[in-house]
Amino acid sequence: MNFLLVLEWLIKGFVWALVLLGGFAYLTLYERKALARIQSRLGPNRAGPWGILQPIADAVKLIFKEELTPAKADKLIFTLAPVITVVPAVIITAVVPWGPSFDIFGYHLNLYIADINVGVLYIMSIASIAVYGIVLAGWSSNNKYAMMGGLRSTAQMISYEIALGLSFVSAILLAGSMRMLDIVSAQGGYWFHFIPKWFVVLQPVGTGIFLIATLAEVNRAPFDMPEAEQELTAGYHTEYSGMKFALLFMAEYTKMIAISAIGATIFFGGYNGPFVDKFPWLGPIYIFVKIIILLFGMIWVRATFPRIRYDRLMAFGWKVLLPLSLALVFITAVGIILAQLNPLLIIFIPVASLLVAGVAVALIDRTLRRKDYARR
Amino acid sequence: MRVVEPVVELARGLWTTLRMMLDKPVTIQYPEQKKPVKARFRGRHVLKRYESGLEKCIGCALCAAACPADAIFVESSENTDEERYSPGERYASTYEINMLRCIFCGFCEDACPTEAIVLGDQYELSFTDRRQSIYPKEMLIEPVPADAKPTPHKTEPGVYTRSVPEMKDPQD
Repeated sequence: MNFLLVLEWLIKGFVWALVLLGGFAYLTLYERKALARIQSRLGPNRAGPWGILQPIADAVKLIFKEELTPAKADKLIFTLAPVITVVPAVIITAVVPWGPSFDIFGYHLNLYIADINVGVLYIMSIASIAVYGIVLAGWSSNNKYAMMGGLRSTAQMISYEIALGLSFVSAILLAGSMRMLDIVSAQGGYWFHFIPKWFVVLQPVGTGIFLIATLAEVNRAPFDMPEAEQELTAGYHTEYSGMKFALLFMAEYTKMIAISAIGATIFFGGYNGPFVDKFPWLGPIYIFVKIIILLFGMIWVRATFPRIRYDRLMAFGWKVLLPLSLALVFITAVGIILAQLNPLLIIFIPVASLLVAGVAVALIDRTLRRKDYARR
Repeated sequence: MRVVEPVVELARGLWTTLRMMLDKPVTIQYPEQKKPVKARFRGRHVLKRYESGLEKCIGCALCAAACPADAIFVESSENTDEERYSPGERYASTYEINMLRCIFCGFCEDACPTEAIVLGDQYELSFTDRRQSIYPKEMLIEPVPADAKPTPHKTEPGVYTRSVPEMKDPQD
């Protein structure tokens, strides 16, 4: 291990952390602007041209706000909880590659921080650690609302993590590896010269389950149960103020970026795109654009759908998403075996999963239209 | 068996919000752009003058009597032909409105026999101190018309005998 290698890691880690933290600040502005445009407003435009200094103004305000700690709170855990929430959100994207490796000034540069052969497993484990921060924040506040918010988030995140993990499994099966670099390179190239070999084409339903489950995983609308204002004031961060609140807020938005980066890598081809073989610097641009589009999707869904009821959220997670994603894993496995007989039979995977998804939609629809369902 | 319709319904919801992004924003950039107020808007009070420059207010304090919030204070003094502020016997030497008390009901307008007090279209009434909330006569009275002298006027005796001008009945 030479000095140059350590320096490279340090610089890459530092740059990526800065991208995430700066990205969090500008994601808040992006969200406010996009929501405003959807609601026929302009959004923040006072601080700097087009409001680009608004995140700085927000940060300055939050830093100078008074920090309160409730008298009966568990002080150590109360202080520690925001940190426990932020750290997984920042480190989860360490395995996401941002571009193909290339030579620069005679030095071979890899555009990823860590190349773990169980990258997807790493993502799942770190994502589950993030639950602890929120639960501890809710519990240590010694506040009923915060406690309820924390409990809801545990139940919700653990439930949807299963569907999330199973949707990853179909991607792992298709790539034949848990290593993120293998998953990305398995998505390179085209079918018939124009359909990209992204897993979203092969496994559209799995991608849909991933997108729904991530909304629940990062507590975004319409699954923002832990923060349902009407029921729980602010949920697990009711008692937080000042920089501690800012840390919880930061974790939430950093998780949004992280989960979009992971989704872009696993289902939307990662850094793959036209001409990326010839010009490796296009890779980071492609993944950046994909992250921006996925983030817009999250904001768009927030602007459109109302928050669903808690029991229906859990019912949807356990009774719909879990069986559906199990079926998808089965279909993917069968499809891969069929593709070994004839490569064209890979079409079995999207066709069969869309059929199964259609059955699921019909069953949900029938259940929701049953007369006695609304009364429960 | 409905398979396509539920998905289409969700997509229609998403399309509705996306379509709104193409609309022109309705935002009015307030300090730079101001929306004109309605004709009957009740804003800050204005004390009117006649074309000659004399004040319409005769210091009768009927506005103060009508005020449900007790926001108006009027102190009147005698007019003389050497120092005439308004037609008739008296004028308001002190006229103060406490803008923290005022509820902008417009009863003072209705009570005024000479139509001297009018709720105008000024709505930017911010102050940093309670004392600044009391608007004295100098702030409320409208400026003198271009071709008229400021009050007090020196007038011929016997010209201004009526406090309330002769007003015709409204036509409509």
